[in-house]
Amino acid sequence: MTSLSPDEWQVILLSLKVSLIAVGGTLPFAFAVAWLLARVRFPGKLLLDALVHLPLVIPPVVTGWLLLIVFGRTGPAGRFLEENFGLTLMFRWTGAALAAAVMALPLMVRAMRLSIEAVDIRLEQAARTLGASRWHAFLTIALPLSLPGVVAGAVLGFARSLGEFGATISFVSNIPGETRTIPLAIYAALQVPGQETIVARLALVSILLSFIALIASELIVRRRRAAGSFHVL
Amino acid sequence: MSFELRAEKRLGGRVVTIDHVSDARLLALFGPSGAGKTSILNMVAGLLRPERGRIAIAGETLFDSHRKIDLPPERRRVGYIFQDDRLFPHKRVRANLLYGHRLAEPANRWIGLYEVTRFLGIAHLLDRWPDTLSGGEAQRVAIGRALLAGPRLLLMDEPLSSLDAPRRSEIMTVIERIRDELRIPIVYVSHEQREIARLADDVIALGDADTPTRPTDDGVIRPSYSL
Repeated sequence: MTSLSPDEWQVILLSLKVSLIAVGGTLPFAFAVAWLLARVRFPGKLLLDALVHLPLVIPPVVTGWLLLIVFGRTGPAGRFLEENFGLTLMFRWTGAALAAAVMALPLMVRAMRLSIEAVDIRLEQAARTLGASRWHAFLTIALPLSLPGVVAGAVLGFARSLGEFGATISFVSNIPGETRTIPLAIYAALQVPGQETIVARLALVSILLSFIALIASELIVRRRRAAGSFHVL
Repeated sequence: MSFELRAEKRLGGRVVTIDHVSDARLLALFGPSGAGKTSILNMVAGLLRPERGRIAIAGETLFDSHRKIDLPPERRRVGYIFQDDRLFPHKRVRANLLYGHRLAEPANRWIGLYEVTRFLGIAHLLDRWPDTLSGGEAQRVAIGRALLAGPRLLLMDEPLSSLDAPRRSEIMTVIERIRDELRIPIVYVSHEQREIARLADDVIALGDADTPTRPTDDGVIRPSYSL
């Protein structure tokens, strides 16, 4: 196997960009949802829980189609974003990032929720009696103690984003240089005879990237003392 | 310094009540488990809201249901020593000790890190992680952490219950010295008569009897019911 071609580099860098934006953008939202589910009692909680988990169980192509309806050029959210922010999602890499984010959300919320639930509320109470406001207790106690779950969720979300195929191809199609991420490029290469080495090289890169992400998260988690142990590995 | 504890709270099927004014150096809440001792401490600390009542320390009101006063825990300056140490597992002993100290108004800090570590004999533990401490060491650090936050009143919820016998007498000595040398009033929860006999100068018996019992002249405490 020879080294990667410029086209392959483009695919890999696009994949990284899409996945990092997807995970980075979803992280605060996923943490807020995980916090709500772990700590707050409110009517409709089961409904929110189910809604967040929906992308995990419905066919990804259906998720992509729903995104097309809502965020497409004539969709309500799509039109709003285009008119007010000049932001187009359909057939753009930003749309690929949105598809990846929606698919990654349930995995991120699950990991974060588990680690928030493992933080002993009584430690935050102790912090309050020592003079910490609710917000300060959250920042200095709950957040650092649930950090392993945040890291685990981010890594799972990143890996899921790198592998996203169904929702992406039905929402933003398979456009070289714009929406052709690693799985879509592998799929395209498989359609043409004689491109087996491209398939193999990209497959190897995707395995490598996921592997590095897992190891990195494990090392981060191991360095910290926290409530419970939320290793991905 | 006197404190006023009047509170009522419905918890599950029963009603927890306290109605007591004390100028004791160490007031013991005595009674079997389930009598609501911890709930009362939580109401004083601001972790649990009473339905009715008034809680005040040295004239400053922490809670008053009539005047709609309910200070949040962080503004009550009430130190709380829990049954378990509740040290922050992700912070070393030094950072645990200084957690409340750094949050306190400088004018309210009445003891420093050096004094506390010397007083409690924990200077050699400063760089350790909480999970490497023995039960007695951890409880002393927890006491130090509460003192450093500059409290006006200390709450202790069976602070000896997770310790073995030698550690118990060690921590009991520490509590006596806090009572006598630092002169900070303590509300102390226990179901052990011997602890109370040694430490308390005022006792409230909770449970079926709600009449407070004071130590008699010979110093022996006779609560209005026995275990």
